[in-house]
Amino acid sequence: MSFINYSAREINCKIVYYGPGLCGKTTNLKYIYEKTNPDAKGKMITLATETERTLFFDFLPLSLGEIRGFKTRFHLYTVPGQVFYDASRKLILKGVDGVVFVADSQVARFEANIESLENLRSNLQEQGYNLDKLPYVVQYNKRDMAEVSSVEELRRELNPNNVPDFEAVASTGVGVFETLKAVAKQVLTELKRGTGG
Amino acid sequence: MEMLFEEEQQQIQAISDRLQKDSNAIAVLVINKDGQEIARSGQTSDLDITSLSSLFAGNVAATGEIAKFLREEEFGGQFHEGTKQNVHISVVARRAILVVIFDGRSSLGLVRLRVRKATEEMTKIFDALVKKIAAQQAAGIGGGSQLPGEITDEDIDKLFGE
Ligand SMILES: Nc1nc2c(ncn2[C@@H]2O[C@H](COP(=O)(O)OP(=O)(O)O)[C@@H](O)[C@H]2O)c(=O)[nH]1
Ligand SMILES: [Mg+2]
Repeated sequence: MSFINYSAREINCKIVYYGPGLCGKTTNLKYIYEKTNPDAKGKMITLATETERTLFFDFLPLSLGEIRGFKTRFHLYTVPGQVFYDASRKLILKGVDGVVFVADSQVARFEANIESLENLRSNLQEQGYNLDKLPYVVQYNKRDMAEVSSVEELRRELNPNNVPDFEAVASTGVGVFETLKAVAKQVLTELKRGTGG
Repeated sequence: MEMLFEEEQQQIQAISDRLQKDSNAIAVLVINKDGQEIARSGQTSDLDITSLSSLFAGNVAATGEIAKFLREEEFGGQFHEGTKQNVHISVVARRAILVVIFDGRSSLGLVRLRVRKATEEMTKIFDALVKKIAAQQAAGIGGGSQLPGEITDEDIDKLFGE
């Protein structure tokens, strides 16, 4: 839920990166962290297992600049991908303003993507959200890997409504900022609608 | 859209200030349930408030969920004991998180006592805030007219240096 603080003159928005385990959600945030000016970012928090799998969430606060004297701050979160962490995923979706679905382009992960997207839909629904009404973009990650599905195939299964989608190689940064900008823009546009702008 | 106006922020700030003094605490933080700061009091300059807020919110969300699985209504509060500092965490009016960081100059008993009082006071303000927002929305003001004017497409593009 976007949070407008008139006292601090801040607009706060929450964006969640969702997707199957190992698709590259944490890698997206790490890249954004590395490439953002120190004054525009806070600390990146990673609650991970000893083997660097996300246990609860990653968190990265960003300040994008001002709109009409209000600081716009984006809080980026990732969810743990493994199926058995579903309770944690639900918690992280609370108060979400925009979603990035990160798909793993590898052929072997085709089904895992579909499952994760279904899981996203039902977890949102449980909390009264509808994915089709939320600011939402899709990223096809790991385009550099050997055995990948075609973008057309992925799009057919994962993006039937044609929301903005992007090819990415998160480990080298390809497509990472394009994805972030697209979802942030949708979130602000939604806010603008709420403000009658 | 959740909103916090200057008036209510100042009232909560005043309660937070008093809580920090009365309980002899190092610092007090008031955070919304999504992990965004509402007020801070005491010695906070060396604290990373943004990080802490997100972690406290995650912690409270997880604890609340654990309570549900155990069929508990809600756990009253949490207390973490460190070697130098202790932390007391509680929920106010189901929508805010109250964090008190204290050391040997205070005690858990004193903190609990003062937190209870501050919680009562803050609850009234949050309840009033909810009514205020609802009334504005019903009147069609939607909080919107007070927002940074109207957000335009250009504003959004500028943010991304386009
Ligand atoms: N080759 C390649 N590897 C990637 C890419 N994105 C992420 N990885 C790697 O995939 C692994 C899992 O990434 P991670 O971000 O932890 O996945 P998460 O579970 O979604 O958070 C890591 O070893 C990353 O370095 C990519 O685009 N290409
Ligand atoms: Mg991860």
